[in-house]
Formats: sequence, C-alpha cells, structure tokens
Amino acid sequence: MNILVCVKYVPDATADRRFEDDNTVDRVGVDGLLSELDEYAVEQALQLKEKAGEASDGQSVEVTALCVGPEKAVDAVRKALQMGADKAIHVVDDAIAGSDAAATSLVLAKAVEKAGSEGGVDLVMCGMASTDGSMSVVPAMLAERLSWPQVTMASVVETQGDQVRIKRDGDTATEVIGATMPLVLSVTDQSGEARYPSFKGIMAAKKKPLETWSLSDIGVDAGEVGLSAAWTAVEDTTERPPRSQGEIVKDEDGSGAIALTEFLAAKKFI
Amino acid sequence: MSEVLVLVDHVDGAVRKPTYELLTIAKRLGEPSAVFIGEVGKGAEVAEKVKKYGAEKVYVVDDAQIKGYLVAPKAEALQQVAEKVSPAAILIPSNVEGKEIAGRLAIKLESGLITDAVDVSADGGAPVTTQSVFAGNYTVTAKVTKGTPIITVKPNSAAPQESEGAGSVEEFSAEISDSAKGAQIVATQPRKATGRPDLNEAAIIVSGGRGTGGDFAPVEGLADALGGAVGASRAAVDSGWIPHSFQIGQTGKTVSPQLYIAAGISGAIQHRAGMQTSKTIVAVNKDEEAPIFELVDFGVVGDLKTVLPAATDEVNKRKG
Repeated sequence: MNILVCVKYVPDATADRRFEDDNTVDRVGVDGLLSELDEYAVEQALQLKEKAGEASDGQSVEVTALCVGPEKAVDAVRKALQMGADKAIHVVDDAIAGSDAAATSLVLAKAVEKAGSEGGVDLVMCGMASTDGSMSVVPAMLAERLSWPQVTMASVVETQGDQVRIKRDGDTATEVIGATMPLVLSVTDQSGEARYPSFKGIMAAKKKPLETWSLSDIGVDAGEVGLSAAWTAVEDTTERPPRSQGEIVKDEDGSGAIALTEFLAAKKFI
Repeated sequence: MSEVLVLVDHVDGAVRKPTYELLTIAKRLGEPSAVFIGEVGKGAEVAEKVKKYGAEKVYVVDDAQIKGYLVAPKAEALQQVAEKVSPAAILIPSNVEGKEIAGRLAIKLESGLITDAVDVSADGGAPVTTQSVFAGNYTVTAKVTKGTPIITVKPNSAAPQESEGAGSVEEFSAEISDSAKGAQIVATQPRKATGRPDLNEAAIIVSGGRGTGGDFAPVEGLADALGGAVGASRAAVDSGWIPHSFQIGQTGKTVSPQLYIAAGISGAIQHRAGMQTSKTIVAVNKDEEAPIFELVDFGVVGDLKTVLPAATDEVNKRKG
C-alpha cells in the first residue's frame, strides 16, 4: 500500500505572524515549521505501516511525505522523514508563491498522479487544517480533482485490505464512516499524540530519498497557479488592536466572587 | 436582481438558526433562494420557515438516494442548481460539512471560495467578506475574483432579520453520479443533549481547563446560573474530562460570544485562537502570571473551586 502524507510548511503560530505588502502570508521572514496538525497525519500513516508490518499477511506499506512550498519548506519535509516517513517529494517552484487553496489542490493532485504513475497511490492523508490559513478545504478540493471519495476529521483510523473505516466526533453525533481506497483521509488532533523524531530517526532521515519536483515535472502550467491566478483576492489586512487588560483582583476570603458578580451585573450579564 | 443561493442548515428538516443568518446576508447581495437538500415531504414546512427571512424561492432536492453519504452528492446537487440559475453568490454554513461541500463545489464550478467569513457586505453587488485570521490577530477583507462567489459564513455573523419572501417551492431533481457515493456513514451514535445552549450560538460561555482538575461541576454551575454554554480547553479534553465537541480553540470551535469566562485555563495561543474575539472576557486562575490575564476585561486571581461556586450563589441571589 502506498500512502502519501501532505505536509505543509507554516509560519510558527507562536511567532509574530504577518502579511507581506501584497497581502500574502509572510512565509520567509517568519520562522516556519511543519504544521503541527499535519504531524498527526504523519503519525497515523506510520501507525498504519507499523500495523501492517505486524500482521501475518505482511502487506508492506510505504509512506511518502508530500510538500508544496518554498525552498525553506524542506524543513517540514525533513521533519516528516525524521518521524519515520520512507521518502519525500517536495514540489517547489517560484511560480507557486501566493497560490490559493484551489491552486494548491491542483498542484497536489498533479503530484499525486505523478507519484502514483508507478504502483499507484492508495491513500492521501492530511491534517484537519493548516495552522496558518486553517480553511480545512484542501482535502475536499484534492479529492474532487482526483475524483476520489474523502473521509475527513477522523479520530480513529482502521484499514482492512482496501477498506477504510474511521470514527468522527461531530457536534451532534459520533459517526463511523466507510469507504474504499483510493481516497483522501484527514485526521484530527484527537487521533493520537504524534511521535518525536528519535536520534536514530534523525540520522536515518539524512539517507532517505528526497525528490524535488518543479511545476513542469508534474505538468502544471505556471499560469494556473500563484497569486495572479488565484480565484480570490485579499483586499486588505488589518492587525487587530491588542486587547487592553482590565481590572485584576486577588481573591481573599470570597472577595473575588463578589467582585466578579458585581462586574457581571454592571455589564448586565445577570 | 440575481438569485443568491443559501444552503439550508437543518437536522431532519428542522431548520437551524444559521440558515436565517445566511438568508439575511443573501438579501444584501441579491434575491435569496434557499436550497433544501432533504426529505421532499418536509419541503413545504421548510419553505414556511425560510420565507419569513426573505427566501423568494425554495429549491427542494430529494435526498432519499443520497442520505447516508458524505458531502460529494450534495456538492453535485448544488452544482446543478447553480448551473441552472446562475446565482450571484452561494452562501453555505461554515461547519465541517459545509466547508467540504464548498471545497468540492469550488472546483466543480471553477469558482473562488472564501471560508469562515464573519461578515459579508455588498460592493456594487459583489460580495466583500471579512475574516478573522492568525488566531484572531488580523482582520482580512477579501473578494472572489473568478466564477460564482462561494462563501462559507460562520454562525452569529448576522442578526437574522425577518422579511417576508414568496417562498415558492420548486422541486429540483438532481442527477447524482455513482462516484459521488464513495464515502458512506455506516453507523451513527447521537450525542446526549446537554440542555444548555449550543456553543456556536451561545451568548455566554463558561470554559474550564486544566485547573478544574477534572471536576466541571463549578463550571457547569456558573454556566447554568448565567444561562450559558459550557466549553473546555484542549488540556481538559485531552485529559478525557469532557468530550472533544466542547473544545474551544484552534482544533476545536472558534467562538465569539458576548461573554467568555475562562476558568483554570492558562491561555495558550491555541486556545486564544478560539475565543479572543469574544466581546467581554473574564478569567479566573490561581496563577497570576497566566497569559489569559493579558486579554481579560476582568480577572480574578484565585481558586476556581471556591470562586466559581461562590459567584454562582451570588448570581442566583441577585436573580432572586
């Protein structure tokens, strides 16, 4: 079984994230890393590989990390390799900068097709959202482009042959969803803690295959991607003024509860 | 005036409040038309509800053949309605299902998609959206530049305004391909209702974190006294103290209530991402250095286990 895991390089959420003059996300001036939420997808892919390795019928699973992003994004790719992915593909091309979700899904779809040209791809795994754009739509768009089903927001993933079953915790119900591979699968942060790369993993990653593909390698015209080809345009970005700190009281013998209640009453919440 | 399609948010034909918010926004952009994908027999009932908020037409798409499948068939149905009526825009509720339908639809129609709008206005007919990004630290305005604007709108983005529409029902027969029926819901276990307001719609939310030590009774007590919903931080959810559906933050819900009370929550960026656009923020925390205090309009440095129950008693007393 061949699993591709999409990994995104994002600005560190704990840093001061900002926009460039053209209203695109500053992906160079702010320290970046592998989107935390994609680590869960890498983890689940590795667990599927490990489970297959333990099974008696011994179906082998290969996990490939797939990243679309600037040169620095190779950091995210390496992290996935250090965690245990077998190999990686990094699609990098200056023309991609500023691409919206639709164009990103196009690049991913073409990369999936090329990756699958030998042996096929059975599963494309994604995190539940990126930590920068956080739209959560790329898995659906990618599935649409590939004409595949999508099963998303999984907290538990099980496979048997070409069948996938997931558990998803919705607002009003917990659902079990089934589908047949190939498909696009996204997992939530409830699916299980992502592993840290071990020293052995870090050393091994240096020798793992890492392919770099350009747009022409995957057959995408530069005019189909990037800021100028985006289907949406940001008009304006405004930093929200920081909230000013209000009154802080120390609770002494019940004074905190009284003060709190008075505040709530003054604001007419009672 | 062009039609603006609104995908009806409903549970078995019971229309949910975000539908009325979307219809109210649709009226700013054109002539609201509701698209109800559900049981045909309930079409008239749904039309009665949505026409009060300005729906001129109600397209009813029978879901008998597609019920139990994930989003792909609904995206196909919506595509076919859109191709027939050439709407000025398509508005969809911003929840997991809505965003995935929108994602597929955007590719099908080769149209721009904007998600999680908190406001939509009309600039000479073209919708301009407002979004809150980077953990609520930035406000972004944007436009769709290709095709039919597809916009998913977060709950509470507009106050529903009553305005009588014709509400004429049109049955629409969509042709659903077999390939759209790839992902099937094989089992559903409904969650027990809490009797409290829905987190997405609540005006008041009281949330508990690690500081509760697993006992949510003080949090629930204050929430009930104030008529609010109960939320939680990721730490509380990861500890197994409360289900994930209560989680506020980056990987949970993003809420913007009138009043948000954080109890025993330190205020990591991931939590702030889900609540820092709340109108009024209050925190109760033992640790006076907790970053949550940087955001608050009012803070109490103290133990939630004594402060919350005492405040609950005091609130109940004042209510008489």
